[in-house]
Amino acid sequence: MLNSLARDVKASMSIYDAGDDKVYGLLAEFAHPGELLHAAEAVHGAGFRHFDTHSPFPIHGMDKAMGLGNSTVGWITLVGGITGLGLATLMQWWMGAVAYPINISGKPFFAVEPSIPIMFELTVLLASLATAAGMFALNGLPRPYNPLFYSKNFSRVTDDAFFLHIAASDDKFDQEATAKMLQELGASAVETIHDHGTEEND
Amino acid sequence: MSTASTDKNLAHLADFHDEAPLVKGNLKFHDITEIVSSHTEKKTPLAWYGAFSLALAGLMLLVGMIAYLFWNGTGVWGLNNPVGWGYAIVNFVFWVGIGHAGTLISAILFLFRQQWRTAINRSAEAMTIFAVICALVFPTIHVGRVWAIYWTLPLPNQMGMWPQFKSPLLWDVFAVSTYFTVSLVFWYIGLVPDLATMRDRAKGKIRRLVLGVASMGWTGANRHWRNYEKAYLLLAALATPLVLSVHSVVSFDFAVSIVPGWHTTIFPPYFVAGAIFSGFAMVVTLLVIARKIYGIENIITVEHLEKMNIIILLTGTMVGFAYITEFFIAWYSGVQYEQYAFVNRMFGPYAWAYWTMMSCNLFFPQFFWFKKLRRNITFMFVISIFVNIGMWFERFVITVTSLHRDYLPSSWDYYTPTIVDVLTFVGTFGLFFTLFLLFLRFMPMVAIAEVKGVMPEADPHFYDHEGDGHHAEHAVEPSTQQ
Repeated sequence: MLNSLARDVKASMSIYDAGDDKVYGLLAEFAHPGELLHAAEAVHGAGFRHFDTHSPFPIHGMDKAMGLGNSTVGWITLVGGITGLGLATLMQWWMGAVAYPINISGKPFFAVEPSIPIMFELTVLLASLATAAGMFALNGLPRPYNPLFYSKNFSRVTDDAFFLHIAASDDKFDQEATAKMLQELGASAVETIHDHGTEEND
Repeated sequence: MSTASTDKNLAHLADFHDEAPLVKGNLKFHDITEIVSSHTEKKTPLAWYGAFSLALAGLMLLVGMIAYLFWNGTGVWGLNNPVGWGYAIVNFVFWVGIGHAGTLISAILFLFRQQWRTAINRSAEAMTIFAVICALVFPTIHVGRVWAIYWTLPLPNQMGMWPQFKSPLLWDVFAVSTYFTVSLVFWYIGLVPDLATMRDRAKGKIRRLVLGVASMGWTGANRHWRNYEKAYLLLAALATPLVLSVHSVVSFDFAVSIVPGWHTTIFPPYFVAGAIFSGFAMVVTLLVIARKIYGIENIITVEHLEKMNIIILLTGTMVGFAYITEFFIAWYSGVQYEQYAFVNRMFGPYAWAYWTMMSCNLFFPQFFWFKKLRRNITFMFVISIFVNIGMWFERFVITVTSLHRDYLPSSWDYYTPTIVDVLTFVGTFGLFFTLFLLFLRFMPMVAIAEVKGVMPEADPHFYDHEGDGHHAEHAVEPSTQQ
């Protein structure tokens, strides 16, 4: 139960477990974003869930094609923002009215109006930091080791190449049948990726 | 090829844009990667060393001037009574203002889906960060007792003392440091995919290691892009009110005090417009040179520069309108101190500064009404320099002319900066260009992934009517123009 939850969470970050045969998955290259989008649609339609597309830039409509919902990063932003607002209010009230009250032209020790700028700034600050941290956390980054880096072709993914990766951990994965399916979808090359771990550093 | 009739004939061929294409020269995805990252990989050109030495000399000058100031105290500056705020505050507002264009380009234009921003946002954001660093120098050194600067932060201390949150100067500490942090985070998030691009091209082991750490293991996975794009959108949405707030808070430093010429409600919007105005001028100044030297004229095209010039025209006119409104309100208020402050600006001892500001900010940008002029590289470069000068003088006029003649004629005085004032300011340009040159040398100066993302070939439906989908190169005829 807990194991399968961890597996699903990791899969949502594009992190998969290799099987006993060290096969991590199949990496298929497609010619352009259009083909990749159609392939992703077909792979999702065939019932695969542990797969991901890799592209040099985000492709419009890919989330829908892969059957992914809305990103949850916004909730983390909200929590960060509320924390910032609360902290700023508490800080200004406690420091100004409790710990170190100073009478300045008879103004109240704490009032909302002069506190607004700092309330705003800390809301934005913590919301932004939470957004950035939340994005990396949801993506499972930093991830220095990735079995995909073993592929020579894969280095072009940040340049002009478009890949679809189906992980061996998917229930429907079958090395030969899946490779055949990818070829039929128009993949120009299908490569088996092995998870050798980090110790085999050439 | 760039005649008007060719443009017209080709216009109907553009499937995805009703305007000129964002990327010219029939470039493919790989070309973008190549053009941008090759500059960080090639041998350092001699000219870079030349420019860098000059900038470094400026930085040394700044360090020297600051050391001299710390040793002797703020008496080495030209401050007097009643002008207690001189170059330090003028330069602070000048540099913070310049930063604003970067955030406008990266955040506000993003929310408005202005895709042309992708070519310039990286360098403009870098400019923001470096300009804010220059700005932060001044409030830090102008406190006089610099060793007590940490009192501005809410840090527990043995005196049981806390900052005074009713002071706009303290709001500034929070506003500018938040602005700096958020800009840096935003910039870094944008850089991650491009650092991964450079990592995958890296030849040397150390270079690959450094870039590998910095790019966090980015693989362009769509599950990552999904969170990434959402986070980018949220950061843009957070940075938009932030950038408007920063210069508003800076203007509170003035507007909250009861000084004629400062105590006006128009200050926040007027400062924000001025900030964007000066920032865009700085972006034009920098990019006109950088695009030439780095041969990226097909990525940062004349259209990009023209759009920036239109924003300069718009914001410059807004600033000019604010100048005139201030005058009207001063007259209409019936307050003689207020009226005098403004007449004194125009015809008093600082009239030269006032008219420099007026002509640079209101008059010269009006030439951009003419399409020919706002597409002329040399002309726009000259105007952008004028605007930079004009906006510096705006802050000088606001600060100095309002202070030098206050309520009591017996305390009137004339403020003249000392050589230390001037050299400190010159030195901040050294700091700025040192950082900017390092950025040009070691970082991708154009957002590679974002530029690719706005090319027509990035749209998956671009290939729908192409049959076998291998004809991308035929579908971009409009980009062959010019």
